[in-house]
Amino acid sequence: MTTVSPDETTTATVGADSALSVRHLWKIFGRGGDKIIGTPDAELSRAELKEKTGCVVGVRDVSFEVPPGEVFVVMGLSGSGKSTLVRCLTRLIEPTDGDVVIDGEDVTKASDSQLRELRRNHTSMVFQHFGLLPHRQVIDNVAYGLEIRGVGKKERRAKAAEVVELVGLSGYERSYPDQLSGGMQQRVGLARALAGDPSLLLFDEPFSALDPLIRRDMQNEVIRLHEELGKTMVFITHDLAEALKLGDRILIMRDGEVVQIGTPDQIIGAPADEYVRDFTSEVPRSHVLTLKWVMHEPNGDAGDGPVLQSDQIVRDAARVVLDHHGPCRVMEGDKLVGVVDDEDILRVVVAEEEATA
Amino acid sequence: MRITRNGWMRARPALAAACLALVVAGCGGGSINEETKSNEEKQAAAGGDCGELNMAVNPWVGYEASAYVVGTVAQEQLGCTVNYKDLKEDVSWQGFGTGEVDVVIEDWGHPDLEKKFVKDKGGDGSATMFGENGNVGIIGWYVPGWLADEHPDILDYKNLNKYAKEFETSESGGKGQFLGSDPSYVQFDEAIIDNLGLDFKVVFSGGEAATITAFEQAQKDKKWLIGYFWEPQYIHAEIPLEQVKLPPYKDGCQDDPAKVACDYPETPLNKVVSTEWADGDSTGVDLVKNFTWTNDDQNQVAAYITADKMSPEDAAKKWIDDNQDKVDAWLGQ
Amino acid sequence: MSATTEAPPRPAAKEPPPPPAEPRRLPRWAWALIVIGVWILVWSVTKGQDTLAIAAREHTEVQDKLTDFRDSVLASRDTNPVIQFTYQLGEWFKSLVDWFQRMISIPDFPRPVPQIGWVGVTAVATWIGLAVAGWRIAILVAASFVTFGLFGYWSDSMDLLIVTFVAVAFAVLIGMPLAVLLGTTSRIGNSIINTILDIFQTMPTFVYLLPIVLFFGIGASAGVVCTLIYAMPPLIRIAGHGIRSVSGTTIEATDSAGQTRSQRLRKVQLPMARKTIVVGVNQTIMAALSMATIAAYVDSPGLGQPVLNSLFKNDVGGAFVPGMLIVVMAVMLDRSTTAASEASEKAARGGVDMRQRRIVLALTAIPVVVALWMSRYYTWAAEFPETELGPKLADKVNSFTDWFVDTFSTYTEWFKNVITDYLLNPMQDLLAESPWYVSALAILALALVLGGVRALIPTVICLWGLKFFGLWHDAMITLNMTLVGTVLVMILALVFGVLMARRKAVDLGLRPLLDAGQTIPPFVYLIPMLALFGPTRFTAIIAGVVYAAPVAIKLVADGVSGVSATTVEASRSTGATAWQEITKVQLPMAKGSLVLAANQGLLYMLSMAVIGGMVGAGALGYDVVLGFSRSEEWGKGAAAGISIVLLGIMVDRIARAAADKDEVTHNPAKRPWWRSAMG
Repeated sequence: MTTVSPDETTTATVGADSALSVRHLWKIFGRGGDKIIGTPDAELSRAELKEKTGCVVGVRDVSFEVPPGEVFVVMGLSGSGKSTLVRCLTRLIEPTDGDVVIDGEDVTKASDSQLRELRRNHTSMVFQHFGLLPHRQVIDNVAYGLEIRGVGKKERRAKAAEVVELVGLSGYERSYPDQLSGGMQQRVGLARALAGDPSLLLFDEPFSALDPLIRRDMQNEVIRLHEELGKTMVFITHDLAEALKLGDRILIMRDGEVVQIGTPDQIIGAPADEYVRDFTSEVPRSHVLTLKWVMHEPNGDAGDGPVLQSDQIVRDAARVVLDHHGPCRVMEGDKLVGVVDDEDILRVVVAEEEATA
Repeated sequence: MRITRNGWMRARPALAAACLALVVAGCGGGSINEETKSNEEKQAAAGGDCGELNMAVNPWVGYEASAYVVGTVAQEQLGCTVNYKDLKEDVSWQGFGTGEVDVVIEDWGHPDLEKKFVKDKGGDGSATMFGENGNVGIIGWYVPGWLADEHPDILDYKNLNKYAKEFETSESGGKGQFLGSDPSYVQFDEAIIDNLGLDFKVVFSGGEAATITAFEQAQKDKKWLIGYFWEPQYIHAEIPLEQVKLPPYKDGCQDDPAKVACDYPETPLNKVVSTEWADGDSTGVDLVKNFTWTNDDQNQVAAYITADKMSPEDAAKKWIDDNQDKVDAWLGQ
Repeated sequence: MSATTEAPPRPAAKEPPPPPAEPRRLPRWAWALIVIGVWILVWSVTKGQDTLAIAAREHTEVQDKLTDFRDSVLASRDTNPVIQFTYQLGEWFKSLVDWFQRMISIPDFPRPVPQIGWVGVTAVATWIGLAVAGWRIAILVAASFVTFGLFGYWSDSMDLLIVTFVAVAFAVLIGMPLAVLLGTTSRIGNSIINTILDIFQTMPTFVYLLPIVLFFGIGASAGVVCTLIYAMPPLIRIAGHGIRSVSGTTIEATDSAGQTRSQRLRKVQLPMARKTIVVGVNQTIMAALSMATIAAYVDSPGLGQPVLNSLFKNDVGGAFVPGMLIVVMAVMLDRSTTAASEASEKAARGGVDMRQRRIVLALTAIPVVVALWMSRYYTWAAEFPETELGPKLADKVNSFTDWFVDTFSTYTEWFKNVITDYLLNPMQDLLAESPWYVSALAILALALVLGGVRALIPTVICLWGLKFFGLWHDAMITLNMTLVGTVLVMILALVFGVLMARRKAVDLGLRPLLDAGQTIPPFVYLIPMLALFGPTRFTAIIAGVVYAAPVAIKLVADGVSGVSATTVEASRSTGATAWQEITKVQLPMAKGSLVLAANQGLLYMLSMAVIGGMVGAGALGYDVVLGFSRSEEWGKGAAAGISIVLLGIMVDRIARAAADKDEVTHNPAKRPWWRSAMG
């Protein structure tokens, strides 16, 4: 996966080359919700607004860009509005206000048939509770998207068989969903999403219902698929570990609002507020932070220690730094940006062990 | 599927045997073809001058007796195709206009229906009054036989208040209970009780079955009961019922329903037919026109049906066989 | 960035503080008692005034208007285009039924017998049973058909089968689109459709029997139409519910693939709701069969006719035999449709070897063809041989009934008097003998206390309607009988429902009896009950209880056995006694089912009001029968029918609101989703 270094701008460059671009998106549930935006009421907190108007804010003025090929994770606790957000992207929930542009097409202004076309050909979604059709075999579940596009039976089954193999379900084509384990059912969900060859994949907490070992397998599966297919992905989760593992960039939501958008090491290294800090406090920092976050200014001379790249993760660099007596040089490309010594490394690692002990 | 298959395998010899048995037995069976042929001949011979006769069968046994006797005669002796239709009175009358009902053989008087369907009463003319059928309806207040035996004076309405307490039930709210009957029937009992100053309350049984059961139980268990009842009714053959005397009926004394204080009149029962059918040339028209018989005749056939549990067809046949002379009169022979 | 971080976030830290404890208030039942107390006080000084009682043959202006309206429709029957059209439709139904009849049940003149005799019909039916549902069902079908013949009601049974088949076919044809509508419209559309369905289901058939005859003609046509009207609502409701309850995730998932509405309906909603739809069809068949006797009032062919005819002769046995055959038919159709649905699912899932199946069906078709052929040419195979079985059973039933009545009438008399004196009469005094405005206010207050503001509006409308149609006093008496009956129903439902849920053997033994209780025509047991209890309100209540209790018992049993086994286990592990387990765990947790059972019990009781009117209960039931029996009273009958509908809707809405309100206090999150679960 590509790692975006912290000093790249968090708001990726706005432009037509974004796979997905979301601007000032609002969703307010309840009657008259659309009239609230732009009024002072829109500034009220969720609870206050509910008290005053009976409306509930699901998504509040969210904007972000996702460049092609990126894995963009939206993360938040339940009720933070993240599932609402992802549904607004393809208008499974009708957004109240704002724009969503996918592959250059403005989803929010699309007609019904344009929207269908978009859903059929450009996006696919994987759901927490799978949403499989219990009366159809695996192969026909996978082929469903193709079927409703009007692809002939033979052709769509052939395509579906390929995808089934891709997700590692060969041999189960003729099974029914209820004959499969949860993990396998989600593989079917994944296959169904991939069958239509969409440019954008949306995942709504796809692995929350699975047990931890299966979850890990599935996460690795997603990483593998991303490497093989290079699709743009928007991934919703409430699990920070999952977010850090999968995300190129992470958007943290609370009460429908964006709290922070950034790369994993930015989130850990520079939490936007107390909320995020508290949230990330138990994450093993050495697994996430790059040297950039622990190095210090060279005291005059950088010495001639081993050269490390600033975007290297602390844990990976630890062995080298500890083996070497004296500071190691941290470079960004050819440029020296700082040095790290044993103490820098241990501060991160030991603090962690104390916390877990 | 394996189960099904096994089951079938086991059943196969049995099926085969059954088929064989059926074929063999079949040889001894009567031939349907022959009967079909004879039916066709019969139809040709009858000449079809009666055609179809749609006979309404209102829901009481006496009516059923009359209907099936007329129907059987029409079928057997005139070659009509008789369709019996089990209907309540209102529905029967509605059927005159649509050709679904031709004959109502026993009508106890429905001024409201006459107003709607009989021409000279201001109706649309789909129904025609076709004369009396010979039966006389007697409506009145009855008590079970045992009560009349033990308290003979109860048979006069003037003594009823003396016994009112005995007739009290859970339904009568502290007064004596008077059992009203099926809502189909003409009933003035609430007014009569009021106007004669009787300490009774009408409780409607709601149906003929309920009334009959009540009288049967009352006679069997010697329970106190007074209520609306009538003749001809087959139950009179099974249990004794005695009529209570009310102030005698005089012409006009029932004209104002609120002021009635007299007994019910004896009602000659009528035949009513569909005008369209009556104007046609069916030979059945004269039969229905001429049909008349007595209460005893009807009770006889009703008893065949209820006490002897005969089907109405068989009961009618039996009576016709025994009374061909009366039947001949209806046929104008 | 290959690091795996295991530490989960700590959501617990972000939990909001527990909500402040609610201020202590009087519980609802206490408020209800206060209302009743005040009511009794007011009643004691005002009783007997303004009760709006009217005599048996009095009517109000509104009722006369209704009669006039009926008269004007009747007078226009030769010119009214609507009637012309429906009449043609009726003729068409009639010829359809007639065609089937000449095929299998009545002589097709000049043939002395139908085109296909009993052997052929039985063989074909058995083969169909085998084809759609397997050999067990085939045996059940064969046995049922032979039973129809053995007891001497072959052609009546075939007639009922035909009318039921035609009515159900059209019910599905008309009902399914409506079910789809119900399953896919908004909540407001839903509540409108539901109210209409409520009206159709609670309106006594006798009220619309005469108009149906007017519009569709006498006989099979009227039979089909009234059966259709009565039998369709369950299908619409249940299938609609099935479509609505299709998993939202699946809908969302398939929507996200870009399907059209019609693709969603055809490929997702209908297939996924299939099981529920089959249940709906099943219930529709049962409802159609329960109309058999009523349809016989307008000469619709079928087993209802001998039941009704025997009733007129007070012949219990004679009514019992065809009544029992209706039950046999109901059980046969119920089990076959259920099994057919399961079998087709199994077949679709590839659990069946198709080739083998085709061979078996082809081979078994040979004897069927032989049987068909023989039943056309041999009398013995065409006409069911006469047996003495039917009359003999009828005699046995008659003598048993006599014995039963003789033996128990003293005890039953006592029981009747206790219930009447201590429950029925005092309650009726309060309801019906208070001035109407007092009763109305009291009912409103109770509705408010129990169901909140949401119950208030329908209650106001219904009470106003009752007053408007001029049968207030009768309505109060009927309401009272319904309430007392429901109390008895709930006592039975609690006792037997809990027993059934806790003891499998009781469940197995009782279910067939409950099925029978639900499908046997009430006319069969009316006469013995009349003999036991006389023509009284109590007889009507007991008849209603026999009809309503099975549903309530089943609902309670299913609810109690649906309580999570873990919870029961947990309570057992704390050392709870069986009694504690029932009262503290199972019943409270099955509360939704209990409320539903009481609600259904009430509506079923109410639907028996008319039958009650035929056995001395008077009130609205009697008025309906009166309207059906006397042309000039039709308006009063219709007013009574409408009043019954109003009572039903009022009681139902109060019960629902009460149940919802309860749900809200315990679990606010559930509220919006929960409402559709009832009814």
